[in-house]
Amino acid sequence: MIAAAERRVLAGRHFMNGDTACAEGALAAGCRFFAGYPITPSTEIAERLAERLPRLGGCFVQMEDELGSMAAILGASWAGAKAMTATSGPGFTLMMENFGLGLMTETPCVIVNVQRGGPSTGLPTLVGQADVMQAKWGSHGDYEPIAYAPASPQEMFDLLIAAFNAAERYRMPVLVMADEVVGHMTEGVTIPPAEELHLVGRKRPPAGANGWLPYAADGDLVPPMPLAGEGHHIHVTGLTHDERGYPATDAVVQDQLVRRISQKVQVHAAEIISLEELLTHDAETIVVSYGCTARSARQAVLAARERGVKAGLLRLITLWPFPGERMRELADGSRRFVVAEMNLGQMAREVERHTRAPAVWVTHAGGAMIPPTAILRAIMEAAT
Amino acid sequence: MAAVPLRRPLDAETVVVPVGQVFVIPERCKGCRFCIEFCPEQVLVESDRMNAKGYRYPVVADGKERACVNCGFCRLICPEFAIYTEEIR
Amino acid sequence: MSGEIYVQAHPVDHLVRADRLPHIWCPGCGLGSATACFASAMVDSGLPLDKQVVVSGIGCTGRVAGYLNVDSFHTTHGRAIPFAIGLKLANPELQVTVFSGDGDMFAIGGNHFLHAARRNVDLNVVCINNFNYGMTGGQFGPTTPLGARTTTTPHGNAEPPFNLVHVASSLGAVFVARWTVLHIRQLHRSMLRALDKRGFRFIEVLAPCPVGFGKSNDIGEGLDEMWFYRRQCVIDPETDLAQATIEMKHDSRIVLGDFVDIERPVFRPSGWEE
Repeated sequence: MIAAAERRVLAGRHFMNGDTACAEGALAAGCRFFAGYPITPSTEIAERLAERLPRLGGCFVQMEDELGSMAAILGASWAGAKAMTATSGPGFTLMMENFGLGLMTETPCVIVNVQRGGPSTGLPTLVGQADVMQAKWGSHGDYEPIAYAPASPQEMFDLLIAAFNAAERYRMPVLVMADEVVGHMTEGVTIPPAEELHLVGRKRPPAGANGWLPYAADGDLVPPMPLAGEGHHIHVTGLTHDERGYPATDAVVQDQLVRRISQKVQVHAAEIISLEELLTHDAETIVVSYGCTARSARQAVLAARERGVKAGLLRLITLWPFPGERMRELADGSRRFVVAEMNLGQMAREVERHTRAPAVWVTHAGGAMIPPTAILRAIMEAAT
Repeated sequence: MAAVPLRRPLDAETVVVPVGQVFVIPERCKGCRFCIEFCPEQVLVESDRMNAKGYRYPVVADGKERACVNCGFCRLICPEFAIYTEEIR
Repeated sequence: MSGEIYVQAHPVDHLVRADRLPHIWCPGCGLGSATACFASAMVDSGLPLDKQVVVSGIGCTGRVAGYLNVDSFHTTHGRAIPFAIGLKLANPELQVTVFSGDGDMFAIGGNHFLHAARRNVDLNVVCINNFNYGMTGGQFGPTTPLGARTTTTPHGNAEPPFNLVHVASSLGAVFVARWTVLHIRQLHRSMLRALDKRGFRFIEVLAPCPVGFGKSNDIGEGLDEMWFYRRQCVIDPETDLAQATIEMKHDSRIVLGDFVDIERPVFRPSGWEE
């Protein structure tokens, strides 16, 4: 049988593009349901999963649009599957509606956005990083998202596992804000053996529990999740709801609920936030960057050091929650900040908000990598 | 023109028509009258009294105490889960 | 013997979230009738209640899921069908019913309906058609008859409506029926037939919306619309569905029946093992 021969975790050293590594990361994380709609530059993720998922007993379904894709993965999650979708800018916009439903109903799943240039159809085949604020604010209402920003094919693998773990741990949709360069770049990817992977499953009601309340949160603000078909007769609604899941559309319940689903991320921010720091200990100028642009930023920092300028790199591996505390620690009044990103200044404003000082912005609306020289120029300018 | 005789089932002599008891939950009623108007045996009328919401709920009409045949129509059509019947014979 | 007996509970209270009664629907609305009918059908089908799931979208009918005491999902506007597809494919043991309104399922969610029916996904779909957007106060929708007055067609509706049973049948739905909430026994039987089949099953249920539609369209209260159904409906399962349009005029017929009952391969995602 094909199914028996198929390996879920392709342990070993591979030469793989980021989209493929993303699909392999999802499979290694235990993803068993994918619903999506083809869109450049994310399509290779769907193609890889269409090939692999059915052989592993999972389900791949190509939906009629991204609205349906997002709805389908929420449904699959309530049936117990680790579920995901992958898309790019225009599709991400369509998913915002049911991303909100997932946040409100506390439904674990993973959404990968391989970003391209926008607005609108923009640059279908070329890179962008201008959806990072949409990740934070794109669905209506207040929420605190979790979003990862892979900078290499290896991270496309690693962060898919992290994203699934966070989705299950905090019972919410989690975003992977990749970009076209990282998705289409081919590099070495090491996939560890299955037994070395740390995988997290969602908190469940105790065995034998009956009529479990789907929104009764524990001390960690995360409610254990009953599933459809288990006899709990749960009600799940996008309306403001009480612990039973019943609609309770009043100001008191609204404030309690929306605060809790935000705070469950905020109180665990230290566990969730992931940063890479290079030479920040003595840096006088710190470059903040993420995704593919962080690769240029790294080159620029090293080049500045060669010129005797004390530069450092702070790479955001998680974009959200934002590492405001670390940013404030680093902002001791003497350090300067450069923010390099492929948009017209989205995370730059967030950096300035926390460091309480103007940063040097290295921005571009997308279409090609920001070269290290542009970031180096900004470092030198900031240093003078 | 001669009157057309009413149609009568061939097994009408042998079938025992059940008798039903009507149960009402007055406070659930919103007074739509679906049960009253479409009861196949015309068993129900509006109450004289009103419930707390000001609606007149269904009650059994005078002289119709044994007219319900427990067909269950009122139970199915009631939008408020406010009426049902049970067979008593 | 005396007449009625007053009680506090109803035999189907265990099938509804009785702690949420009274429901939000207006006096004369047909949604409660359709819900009560489906609750009975769920039990009478003999399928285990723990494996039955109801998914709704948004609108007055969108609230049905919340009143049924099974696993129930009140999703976003138009997205009940794709949500239900996810549930069904991830756990094929579930008997999934989508219960939603004409606007939810055929305007904002129309595309999902088309593709789910085309694929023949194993879903039981019940659409309550009350000819308008009730929850928002009576605007026209995709089933509002030509010429009808609503709050957004004060000069009369200029758009021809969908003929839902024709749409469903043309897409290959394996079971297609239309009833009204007045024809509650036939509806109950039709729901049982649908629950007993596999594949994409579709029942259109006409229901009065006195506040949003009846009063402004020469029909009147809920009760008047029920009498309208009594006068204007004909049962003809063999009818030509292409002609089975609904005009809601006092001189036009509404055709009812279980129209389609066929077999077709049920959707299996590509690559699934037999």
